[in-house]
Amino acid sequence: MNIALFLEMAAEAAPDRVGLICDGKRWTYAELLTGARGAFELIEQSGASHVALLDESSEAAVFALFGAALAGVPYCPLNYRLADADLSALLARIAPALVVGDEERVARIAGDQGHTVHARELFTLSAQEMVPEGEDREYDPGDGIAIQLFTSGTTAAPKAAILRHANLVSYILGTVEFASAEEDDAALMVVPPYHIAGISALLSSIYAQRKIVMLPAFTPEAWIALVDRERVTNAFVVPTMLARIVETLKTGAAANVETLRAIAYGGGKMPAEVIRDALARFPHAAFTNAYGLTETSSTIALLGPEEHRAALASDEPHIQARLTSLGKPIPTVEIEIRDEDGKALPPGEAGEIYVRGDQVSGEYKEKSALDAQGWFPTRDAGWMDEDGYLYLSGRADDVIVRGGENMSPGEIEDVLLSHPAIADACAVAVPSVEWGEAVGIAVVCREGHATPAEAELKDLIRARLRSSRVPEAVHVCDALPYNEMGKLLRREVRKLFVR
Amino acid sequence: MKPGTKLKSAVCNTEVMVIRSGDGQIECGGAPMAEAKAEGAGEPAADHASGTLMGKRYVDAAGTVELLCIKPGKGSLSLGGVALTVKDAKSLPASD
Repeated sequence: MNIALFLEMAAEAAPDRVGLICDGKRWTYAELLTGARGAFELIEQSGASHVALLDESSEAAVFALFGAALAGVPYCPLNYRLADADLSALLARIAPALVVGDEERVARIAGDQGHTVHARELFTLSAQEMVPEGEDREYDPGDGIAIQLFTSGTTAAPKAAILRHANLVSYILGTVEFASAEEDDAALMVVPPYHIAGISALLSSIYAQRKIVMLPAFTPEAWIALVDRERVTNAFVVPTMLARIVETLKTGAAANVETLRAIAYGGGKMPAEVIRDALARFPHAAFTNAYGLTETSSTIALLGPEEHRAALASDEPHIQARLTSLGKPIPTVEIEIRDEDGKALPPGEAGEIYVRGDQVSGEYKEKSALDAQGWFPTRDAGWMDEDGYLYLSGRADDVIVRGGENMSPGEIEDVLLSHPAIADACAVAVPSVEWGEAVGIAVVCREGHATPAEAELKDLIRARLRSSRVPEAVHVCDALPYNEMGKLLRREVRKLFVR
Repeated sequence: MKPGTKLKSAVCNTEVMVIRSGDGQIECGGAPMAEAKAEGAGEPAADHASGTLMGKRYVDAAGTVELLCIKPGKGSLSLGGVALTVKDAKSLPASD
């Protein structure tokens, strides 16, 4: 099994169909396959042990991903936003690599590591012109490592998560029907190439033969304009992007976004207010919430379009609440909630989310995190309701333990966000002599509202939750720290309370 | 047979990739499939000629064999003479 098969099949079935649009250039499946085969020749010639991408999304990402697969070499897209020292350390871990992208930067920070570096334009051009040796070039049968992604490493050195061809092939075959897209389908891809969603988007869309429209750098205005220009039908966004898109549309953008039939989102907690707004702004679009991790080859649970509309229309609190759930496990994986001793918990009880299935790698270069029965502990904390809907309460590491009582930051934040003057909120553990840990909250005030008094916020939490949840420390700030994927950086918030 | 193995039809253009396999002979157009293309050209047997479709997955009733069609052809797939059927696709909304 090798993911290169997906591009080969698309090129076999529809060689002249457009598979990718980037910066106004259109690429057919046959051209993409030619580029991937050329990239394979460049990789072979370089003798590289890894193929790295240090660049924004472009056709080069497609050539490099599938070229690496044909060569049987791991593909490692890198986060170009990292500081020089951090990036240099990652490059050293994959040397000697064929690096596509920022030539000047690699020379400056990793010039002595033995890499072969191609700037994007040169790589794209050379890959197209490379002629495979002979008609019957034998490609790697490849059941090895397809992708190596470095985790963001918020607490320690980044881990190298590994996805094997078998994991990704299982994911695609289990979730996508070959050539199922309509001729006019177009998927707008805006997540960066070093994120798992950026890789699964390429694989899913190519296998479905859904044309990919790339937006290398997100702004709501550029996103809306591209939807209009390319008549985009499908899109995946992270919650902060969706919030900004809806805000921008409210100010009366002149663009036509009515072609959008399906909007999927994931990669962070979706505020109920944002999704309600979006459902109202796109009344005819099918919304899907996708929950997944790098280590699970992307999506493992889905909240589908009908469930979104049903939750919006319902008067019953437990149906309404599903708008903030992750949906149900996809048919090809199993999910369990377990306590700290690894014991499976019944519905309604919160613990750690465990997942098992062929698409789940749970593997790092250093070691596998799977247990003996193949279950992967996600380190995400959550619970499942009676009907099998999964809810996320945060990272297991974010749980606040006050005097032996476990508290999820999410429930405290939800209460704070119900206050009309609070625009954003984060609850973290702060050191407490008496309790070990206690609750600290950082809040952002909504424009045009007076800052609520500390006592008012404490009273609100005391009234809605138990008194143990009442914060000992309150910090008012202008904005909470998020990374570029819209992930709240709780470790940064924690620092606000350390004196 | 190892998952990922590619098998070719002896009597038409069909090619499949093995996703899962157990015991028994995998055939196309009534003739055994193999990793190498057979010499000479035959025709699919009349009762094994309903064709294969690109990208469809084929399974036996017991679920021991699963094949992905990566090149379509005129013959149809069978396991030890018993026709394989197209695996029902679970329709999931696009999520990425």
